[in-house]
Amino acid sequence: MADSTLDAKGLNCPLPILRAKKALKELAPGQVLAIEATDPGSAKDFESFCSQTGNTLVKASEAGGVYYYEIRKS
Amino acid sequence: MSQKKLAIIATKGTLDFAYPPLILATTAAALDYEVTIFWTFYGLQVVKKNPDLKISPLGNPAMPMPVPMPVLVQVLPGMESMATIMMKQKMAGKGVASIGELMSMALESDVKMIACQMTVDLFDFKHEELIDGLEYAGAARFFEVAQDADIVLFI
Repeated sequence: MADSTLDAKGLNCPLPILRAKKALKELAPGQVLAIEATDPGSAKDFESFCSQTGNTLVKASEAGGVYYYEIRKS
Repeated sequence: MSQKKLAIIATKGTLDFAYPPLILATTAAALDYEVTIFWTFYGLQVVKKNPDLKISPLGNPAMPMPVPMPVLVQVLPGMESMATIMMKQKMAGKGVASIGELMSMALESDVKMIACQMTVDLFDFKHEELIDGLEYAGAARFFEVAQDADIVLFI
């Protein structure tokens, strides 16, 4: 279960990443942030964001044009 | 892991070209880079306290237009304002951040900003017209930042 949820639907690059970064700041290491987005570019961007920041992309899925991610803070 | 550094020279002052430096700077900051933007020439328009950035279809055949528009129509008075308003509406509709939002986010995430003092003099800008927190310096200062950066971009 996510500890916090970010609604980034309707936002375009780079806003989903910037909002996610901000939301992760509020969490403690090990806690999970859930993100909903509609930007198709976010799929690759969240992978890259996690590989560069050391956070873990626990889950990435898409249904009906809505992308869902779970990121565990490192 | 030592902190990576990004240095950007931003030289353009139209609405469309204000985006790349700010998108890259804010994203790099989110990726934990230490970011510095050196604003020079028309780029200084972006760091005005009340920027009035415009976009023009003139001389830009790549700009998608809702209807094909001959160049001679593009030069008519008001066309630039119209193109700017339409672009801003389109951006808002597509969830693209405004320049104001990106600038606040850049400042919030401690992106360092240097304004080229030579261009400030050249254009007769006053420091009071530009946003607070700018450092005023020249090319030598940029190289001090750039030689230490992992990535350097000229925009």
